[in-house]
Amino acid sequence: MTVLDLRPRSPEPPERPGRPGPGGRDDARRPREGRRRPVRLPRPATGRGWGDDREPTPPRSLVVALVLAAASLMALDAAGALAPVRGAVAAVAGPAESAVSAVARPLTAAPDWVRSQGALRDDVARLRSENDALRGRLAAAPYASNRLREYDGLSRLTGRLGYAVVPAHVVGIGPAQSFADTVTLDAGSAAGLRPDLTVVNAQGLVGRVLSVTRSTATVLLVTDADSVVGGRVGTTMDVGTLRGRGEVGPHGLLDLELVDRDATPARDDAVVTWGSQGRGPYVAGVPIGRVTKVVSSVRETAQRAEIEPYVDFGALDLVGVVVPDGTRGDRGVIEADGTLVPGEAR
Amino acid sequence: MTGPLGALRASAVLAIAALATLLQVSLAPHLAWRGVGPDLALLVVVAAGLAWGAHSGLLLGFGAGVVLDLVPPADHLVGRWALALMVVGYVAGRVRADLRPDRRPALGTIVATAAACSFVGTSVFALSGLVLGDATTGVGGLLGVILASVVWDVALAVLLVPVLLRALARLEPEHAR
Repeated sequence: MTVLDLRPRSPEPPERPGRPGPGGRDDARRPREGRRRPVRLPRPATGRGWGDDREPTPPRSLVVALVLAAASLMALDAAGALAPVRGAVAAVAGPAESAVSAVARPLTAAPDWVRSQGALRDDVARLRSENDALRGRLAAAPYASNRLREYDGLSRLTGRLGYAVVPAHVVGIGPAQSFADTVTLDAGSAAGLRPDLTVVNAQGLVGRVLSVTRSTATVLLVTDADSVVGGRVGTTMDVGTLRGRGEVGPHGLLDLELVDRDATPARDDAVVTWGSQGRGPYVAGVPIGRVTKVVSSVRETAQRAEIEPYVDFGALDLVGVVVPDGTRGDRGVIEADGTLVPGEAR
Repeated sequence: MTGPLGALRASAVLAIAALATLLQVSLAPHLAWRGVGPDLALLVVVAAGLAWGAHSGLLLGFGAGVVLDLVPPADHLVGRWALALMVVGYVAGRVRADLRPDRRPALGTIVATAAACSFVGTSVFALSGLVLGDATTGVGGLLGVILASVVWDVALAVLLVPVLLRALARLEPEHAR
């Protein structure tokens, strides 16, 4: 609008200095009355008007007034006079802010979402580890009750056999690649163990101690190919030797060769250790297994029977090492009467 | 008399500034870096100054500043942002006076103006706080806050100010004709 207003007037020649105005020289420079601004060049017709330069600089009085207004606002506020104004503005702006927040919540929730992703991931990790721990305890629960049962059985066995045993746990099982059925116990010489002691568990004969260190013992299982045990068929009292087959796997069988060629063991006959008075490698009367098969060959001079051990060698855990009476070590001893003698503290 | 501002333009810009203030107090905190968010109201004043000159910028800055001073979370003395945004509008308006009148400001100009205005505005606000004993942090903390807000404002000015300038151009009398 201003452009069009100015255009017809712009060709009009400005007032010449030679024509004195009423106010003299200063007035001569001033535009004619009604024209408050100097004439400017018209804008290009094609250009869309961008702003206008009606007042490039604000009057000084306005600046001063506004600065003073700001200062007086501060002073009024410092004096507490603006509290009602604040309250009125808050009454309007508060709901508006909550509306804006509600509209913007999807936007503002985005970083929160990212943050909570991280928090959730932490939660998941924490819960997962907690879950694992609980699951481990749950998995160990039957183990614990089995151990209790094993202790029970072991103490019953010792009562039945009349021997004192040192309880020990199988902590290591020799690899099958070594072709030797040996296990490691967590008790050693400090517990009163020494080589050539009989190792039993609640089911029956496990093996004998090969060697001991201070805190461990290596046990040769009866299923090992090198193992020879004197056995006696319970029903006939026939004696013979039991040899391990050295088979890999938990279900090793034993071969019983009876000394008496004419004796024929019956199926399901129980075989117990023969034993020796000196309590040599094997004490007497420990159940070994039962006869599952009798093989009689012409060429062989003795009867041969297959014995399935009572002990599950694949699940060995608590065993007892038969020790002489009065043995004391750093761990308890289950006496022959089933009582537990606590170990001496070192 | 609103001077170079028509009543329509003044109220429109103040409405925009009020909206910017609302966004600034309810949206910007979620974007804030160490509590320092973008000054949307300041950018509106910058845009107004760039569009219409120092006189309009001064008046609109004062108005927007008072709004910013009064909207709820504000706890400082009323008038501090008014003073600061007044200066901001004036500075932006002076930049406008040096530009070709028939062109929109280039992006580089916008960024430079926004940076300068943000620095000046936040500094004036911070200094007024120091002078009046209204500030709670030391000078070192103030400097960090000022620099962070300059970074924010420049980043947002690139996005916002051209849009605002286009919107303000629609309020021009020539366009409205």
